[in-house]
Amino acid sequence: MTTARAGALLDRLGRVGQFLWSGWAGLAGLALFAALWQAGHERYGDFILPAPLATLAAGLTIAADPAAWELAGQTTLRAVEGFALAAAAGAAGGLAAGYSAATMRLARPILTVLLGVPPIAWIVLAMIWFGSTDGTIITTVLVAATPVVFVGVAEGAVTRDRGLDDMARAFGAGPLARLTTLGLRHVAAFLFPALTVALGSAFKVAVMAELLANTGGIGGALAAARANLDVAEALAWVLIAVAGLIAVEYTLVHPIRSEFERWRNAARPWGVKR
Amino acid sequence: MTRETTDAAPSLTLSGIGHAYLGRTVLDAVDLTLAAGEVAALVGPSGCGKSTLAHIAAGVVEPSRGRVARRYRRHGMVFQDPRLLPWATARANIAYPLRLLGLPRRERRERAEQAAQRVALDRADLDKFPIELSGGMRQRTAIARALAIDPDFVYFDEPFTALDVALKRRMQDLVIEAARGARFGALFITHDLMEAVRIAHRVVVMDAHGRGIAGTRAVPGKPGGRDDGTVYRLVAGFLSDDPLFRHIHDIDERRTP
Repeated sequence: MTTARAGALLDRLGRVGQFLWSGWAGLAGLALFAALWQAGHERYGDFILPAPLATLAAGLTIAADPAAWELAGQTTLRAVEGFALAAAAGAAGGLAAGYSAATMRLARPILTVLLGVPPIAWIVLAMIWFGSTDGTIITTVLVAATPVVFVGVAEGAVTRDRGLDDMARAFGAGPLARLTTLGLRHVAAFLFPALTVALGSAFKVAVMAELLANTGGIGGALAAARANLDVAEALAWVLIAVAGLIAVEYTLVHPIRSEFERWRNAARPWGVKR
Repeated sequence: MTRETTDAAPSLTLSGIGHAYLGRTVLDAVDLTLAAGEVAALVGPSGCGKSTLAHIAAGVVEPSRGRVARRYRRHGMVFQDPRLLPWATARANIAYPLRLLGLPRRERRERAEQAAQRVALDRADLDKFPIELSGGMRQRTAIARALAIDPDFVYFDEPFTALDVALKRRMQDLVIEAARGARFGALFITHDLMEAVRIAHRVVVMDAHGRGIAGTRAVPGKPGGRDDGTVYRLVAGFLSDDPLFRHIHDIDERRTP
């Protein structure tokens, strides 16, 4: 029993190590990007494209300022609130649509309409409805992120293996047991990629809505940097937004997803694993 | 030559079962009674509705007409494809019905390991995912899953059709052995008469169009007690002399009604 537990622990440590080790490849990619950026800087000069190191320094200066943290926190809070609402609404709607064909037929055209309206139009509408408040940002994020989650979850629910459902029924599982032991587990594999995309767009849309609605946060800071023609500071803010997104994605979304996808990795031969 | 053990209390009684898919009748007026502990092989040409009948008897499909009376305590089921949860290890798959029964984790684990032992699944393989197992191993896991809940009746829905000949024999022996050891009754769906004669007390032949049971033949001897020569002779006898088996191999499943 204890050896089995120790084995499981070692296995887990191994996977964490593998995950951390894969970070080198990510760093190499970022370094390549920085090199291209530096080349652009040397070609076009300081005003158009400040050097990556200068941007980093500006970013560090901003990061040292507690007021900046407040701004970033404001944006994060709005994005996360909108994201949470979108995740809940999208997951519930997607499950309903995946399990009931009639709901799916009703939801499809609505979704097409929602996706067809440009996000910028939503910002304008939300500004009229809510003024320059958190509500504007959260509504815009909600509208932008819900369809992504909805489509992912609905696709998961539709592609569930009905053979497994029959198997569970043969062993006496009721509808609720089938949903919790089979349906949700299958949907989870589709939910997490959708959540990654939704979280990314939540941040991006939040910053954009803040900039346009002039409601503070990172978007507000960007607007100020633009007014001052301070390219280094604008880029630094972009850097901070991206860094926050990367941090969330690699500390939260990826580990959870790889836990769910463990069985898929099990079949891959050595060397092909990430 | 007719029924074998009809005097004992029946474990499964199907009366007047009828079923239709999208208006097309696939089963009509099927009556079948299985005695306690009896292993019956249900044979018939492809597309005659034997799988549907097993699904109805096991409660997977609601019949359009008729009644199913189950007098056994608990049943397990083995399907043609293993139907394992791809995200769960072999051990968790075997324990899945135990989880549905709400047993504590520790007991699930122990009973899953016992069931795995009965089908000769290696302990080292229990931590693997289905995708890492061979076809035979997966079907063994599916059989262990059916046995883990300690059933007194098991449905087999053409479980070994996709396996090669040698593996098929090993699996049949495994089922014969398990049925003898645990004394469960079974309804074994197959289109392979050889398999039916090896495994069952009684062969039930279904009508080619799903209109009831065409007839039934007791197989002399006990499952596991018949040697290969006996099995060959019995099958050859059935096919050449018995009019009941005349149509068993010659129907195309894509026929229109």
